[in-house]
Amino acid sequence: MSTVFAQAPRPTEAAARPAPRRRPLQRLLGETPTAWLYVLPAAIIIVGLAIVPVAWSALLSVQDKDPIAETTKYVGLRNYSDLFDDPAFSGAIKHTLIYAAAFVPLSIIGGLALALALNRRIRFIGIYRTLAFVPVVVSATIQGVLFSFIFDDQFGVANALLHTVGIGPQPFFADGGQALALLVVASLWAGTSCVSFCAVVFLAALQDVPKELSEAASIDGARRWGTFRHVTLPALAPVLVFLVLWQTVSAIQLFDIVYGSTAGGPGNSTVVVVYYIYRSIRDSAYGTGAAASYVVAGGLMALTALAWLGQRRREQTA
Amino acid sequence: MRRRLPFDPWHLVLAPVCALLAAPLAWMALSSFMNNAQLNRFPPTIIPGSLHLDGYNYLFDNAALPTWFLNSAIVSLVCVVGNLVFCSTAGYAFARLNFRGSKALLGLMVATLIVPFQLTLIPTFIIMEHLGLIDTLGAIIVPSLVMPFGVLLLRQFFLSLPREVEEAAWIDGCSRWKILWAIVLPLARPALATVAIVTFLLTWNDVSWPAIAISSEAHDTLPLGIASFKSRAQTNQSAIMAANVLTTLPVLLAFLAAQRAFVRSIASTAVKG
Repeated sequence: MSTVFAQAPRPTEAAARPAPRRRPLQRLLGETPTAWLYVLPAAIIIVGLAIVPVAWSALLSVQDKDPIAETTKYVGLRNYSDLFDDPAFSGAIKHTLIYAAAFVPLSIIGGLALALALNRRIRFIGIYRTLAFVPVVVSATIQGVLFSFIFDDQFGVANALLHTVGIGPQPFFADGGQALALLVVASLWAGTSCVSFCAVVFLAALQDVPKELSEAASIDGARRWGTFRHVTLPALAPVLVFLVLWQTVSAIQLFDIVYGSTAGGPGNSTVVVVYYIYRSIRDSAYGTGAAASYVVAGGLMALTALAWLGQRRREQTA
Repeated sequence: MRRRLPFDPWHLVLAPVCALLAAPLAWMALSSFMNNAQLNRFPPTIIPGSLHLDGYNYLFDNAALPTWFLNSAIVSLVCVVGNLVFCSTAGYAFARLNFRGSKALLGLMVATLIVPFQLTLIPTFIIMEHLGLIDTLGAIIVPSLVMPFGVLLLRQFFLSLPREVEEAAWIDGCSRWKILWAIVLPLARPALATVAIVTFLLTWNDVSWPAIAISSEAHDTLPLGIASFKSRAQTNQSAIMAANVLTTLPVLLAFLAAQRAFVRSIASTAVKG
């Protein structure tokens, strides 16, 4: 049936056909000019508040605004060189990279393990999934506040638990050496890039793996690992690539948890790049802030380009 | 085979892991019902002997919590409605209508997905300042009124719908608007739910842009209010915990009520976004 109709011209083409000599307005706006009414709100907001600012940021990053004298002068790359002379910024980059190096693999491996454990039909599995997925909806600020209390050096519940197993009280967030590691722990637990989030994504992908194969695997214990390696893992590969990229991007964009818990401290030990940018905006140092965001954006775009190239090469060899 | 086993060994893995994942939330709820004396003891109390409402009382007497709550609700509601309307019209135009510039505009929307949000922060702040929106809810709402991910998600969905029904309606003399409203959107309910849920989650929980755009307490959203409240009332832990509970509760209830839709939207944003 449908093959008969598939030959018919599409409505938009049919509408355009009777007018071989187009009216000027149509020539300017295309075959269905009214389409612009459909996209206009989206176009205004996305171009105005996402595309234009990208160029504007570039301009700001080579300017120096004096908020008191209200003057703006061109300073070339001085903002960038100032940035790299600022130990707080190089510290911020270092903290961000350490955080990402710990957070990305832990969240993905943890998410995969959790998804594999949740991907079976046993009693109470609905309850288990609910409990495991609930942390995704917790806001990052709440999570930051909550963990700063759990890991409080004086009355935190974590020290109570350590106390019961005979370990002395830890300084936790009060110690610059431990604070960054605790941020990793806190962000593994909740928010839009936590372990549970990875598990949701993996579980969705796992449920697309043909049932017969996983059933066969659960009966024949000896083949379980082999099935995982040769059937499950390849099926998960695209999702895995996506998650590595997604988790890395969100690790580099870490802000909310820091805002809710340590506010960069103690000292500057948990100042990450986005927090650094936030502070420069608050201090009206637009030039440095814009330069810093371009450094972050450059890193992120290089990463995305790399992932895209890798993906394309894989597709070509496949 | 499974039926003969009275107890699946996976329970031994799943029960402790899930308990661990739920523990921080459970402790948050418990500690909101303790008073500060109970909370400041060492070693700390995990299970309180008696329940207190000190935190909640303090919050309702001294904090602007109802205002923050209302602000958050307004922002989320307006953004959800805005995204549903504007993302579906734009997504439909990209999927079905031929217009000049559609490819370029679509490319720009995809590009915004890889542009890190920090890059746009400062110019957006300046634009909002010129519009006179800084320190109003408008400054939070406007940039989130249309999210590119929603446009792209709905475009993908519309592309996957069979064209035949729309063509039949078109031949019968149905207008584009009517086709979109009466045929396409009812079919797109699952995708619209995804857009609504994700928009709600993001706007309800967002703090990085609001932290920059809002400076007075009367215009704080919930997360902002709580963060400022925390730094002012560091010692009043039970009140802060009560505030945490009240912030999390709406999202939690929404999650429990529509768990399937929630999980599906999270998964599909990830895979299609």
